[in-house]
Amino acid sequence: MDSFAFQAPTSLDAAVALLAEQRQASVRTQILAGGTDMIVQMRSVDRAPRMIVDIKRIPETRSIQLGEDGLILGSAVAGAELSARDDVAAIYPGLVEAADLIGSTQIQGRASVGGNLCNASPAGDTIPALIANSAICQIAGPGGWRELAVEDFVVGVGRNALEPGEFLVALRLPAAQPRSADAYLRFIPRTEMDIAVASAGVRVALDENGVCTAARVAIGAVAVTALLVPEAAEALIGTRLDDAACAAAAAASSAAARPISDKRGTETYRRQVVGVLTRRAAVIARDRALGGQA
Amino acid sequence: MKQQVSSTVNGEPVEFLCAADETLLEVLRDRLSLTGTKEGCGTGDCGACSVLLDDRLVCSCLVFAAELEGRSVTTVEGIATPQALHPVQQKLLEHAALQCGICTPGVVVAAKALIDANPEPTEEETRYWLAGNLCRCTGYDKIIRAVMDAAAEMRGATS
Ligand SMILES: Cc1cc2nc3c(=O)[nH]c(=O)nc-3n(C[C@H](O)[C@H](O)[C@H](O)COP(=O)(O)OP(=O)(O)OC[C@H]3O[C@@H](n4cnc5c(N)ncnc54)[C@H](O)[C@@H]3O)c2cc1C
Ligand code: FES
Ligand code: FES
Repeated sequence: MDSFAFQAPTSLDAAVALLAEQRQASVRTQILAGGTDMIVQMRSVDRAPRMIVDIKRIPETRSIQLGEDGLILGSAVAGAELSARDDVAAIYPGLVEAADLIGSTQIQGRASVGGNLCNASPAGDTIPALIANSAICQIAGPGGWRELAVEDFVVGVGRNALEPGEFLVALRLPAAQPRSADAYLRFIPRTEMDIAVASAGVRVALDENGVCTAARVAIGAVAVTALLVPEAAEALIGTRLDDAACAAAAAASSAAARPISDKRGTETYRRQVVGVLTRRAAVIARDRALGGQA
Repeated sequence: MKQQVSSTVNGEPVEFLCAADETLLEVLRDRLSLTGTKEGCGTGDCGACSVLLDDRLVCSCLVFAAELEGRSVTTVEGIATPQALHPVQQKLLEHAALQCGICTPGVVVAAKALIDANPEPTEEETRYWLAGNLCRCTGYDKIIRAVMDAAAEMRGATS
């Protein structure tokens, strides 16, 4: 292939067929959502011609369905479209905040949660928030439809578990339990337009007495992929999310982190900060769950 | 292979041919002679290339022109009327909120989008909304004051 091509299929079947056909013809394809990672990379590190397959005209990638079974978030929904949905933010405030942290107003007009996940940056802001919410990837491909947990979807820096010819259609988040909520925090040295040095997403559910019955903790930017930290969740379950429990969760996150040292922070610093963020996110999630924000 | 695209730019129907990997920014400037939209970085960081795509604020350097089929774009050229500058443009002038002017078209488009979405923005909201519009000459205070003044004037004019 010596020049770029562009296609915008309008149905899932058409997209799957197009990808299969191009694969047969040994044509490289790349899925386009908002393009905020892809176009930057195409202008710098990866200039080779390919067929660009824009999935934004496929209705399933653009819809937000919130119902009794939970949330189905189309993979190509832009951040600005998601933030406009107060009903989603009421149940998954941490996920909406994570998506909202991505870039500027202009970037928000395009950047999708699905693209953030598929791009698989260790610092991708929505990934810990998705894992904390037990999100499942809904994938279409030549073999039909399959589902995969987000924590198993990212397999390395910039690498995901999609097989050739497959693409991410939507993310499915289970229905929220009563008195439950999530929170996501990242640390950056500026207030806007920067990449996480460390981050943490937490979801908790409480019983009528305020005792934590379920928890999920995920951390970002402190390993090659975002990590689910079951030990941090265990430190929270069965407690009232008091200072001691939150401190134990923080210690578990710090212990699970496998950070690198770079210009954004040293290994020791990142390990420390990810613990602090875990503690603070747990407190915010607890207060939201108590305050009926969920 | 060239793509044939039909879209609407600043209210006018437009047809153009472009390569599959050409950006909206390149097509606006090099094929449609709409050079008001500027390129600063080409990577989504500076906001000089801001346009409205179906009324949503985006960086035109991070949109493929082929995506435009059936969609509409507003650039800085589509903001004033033949009779008058848009209040945002007028206030940027009055506040001397530009020097070299490279960032200005992007600021105008972004500020118009802000006021359309939120007629009474606070200073903090204005600063966050415009955080993706970098200016290396003027300093941001004058820009922020001009935009808030424009919003105030537009509220006065419409109430
Ligand atoms: C100025 C700027 C600031 C940014 N700030 C942040 C930030 O603060 N935090 C952060 O996490 N990121 C940030 N980013 C990165 C980027 O905006 C996000 O990762 C964004 O969510 C990507 O989504 P997209 O829809 O634009 O993806 P695209 O660029 O369209 O796609 C990203 C990658 O995923 C693949 N892909 C996309 N969708 C699918 C799908 N459905 N199925 C299979 N593959 C798919 C694409 O082929 C591509 O390889 C920033 C980028 C810029 C330019
Ligand atoms: S040129 Fe598009 S953001 Fe800088
Ligand atoms: S006036 Fe020169 S960059 Fe803003």
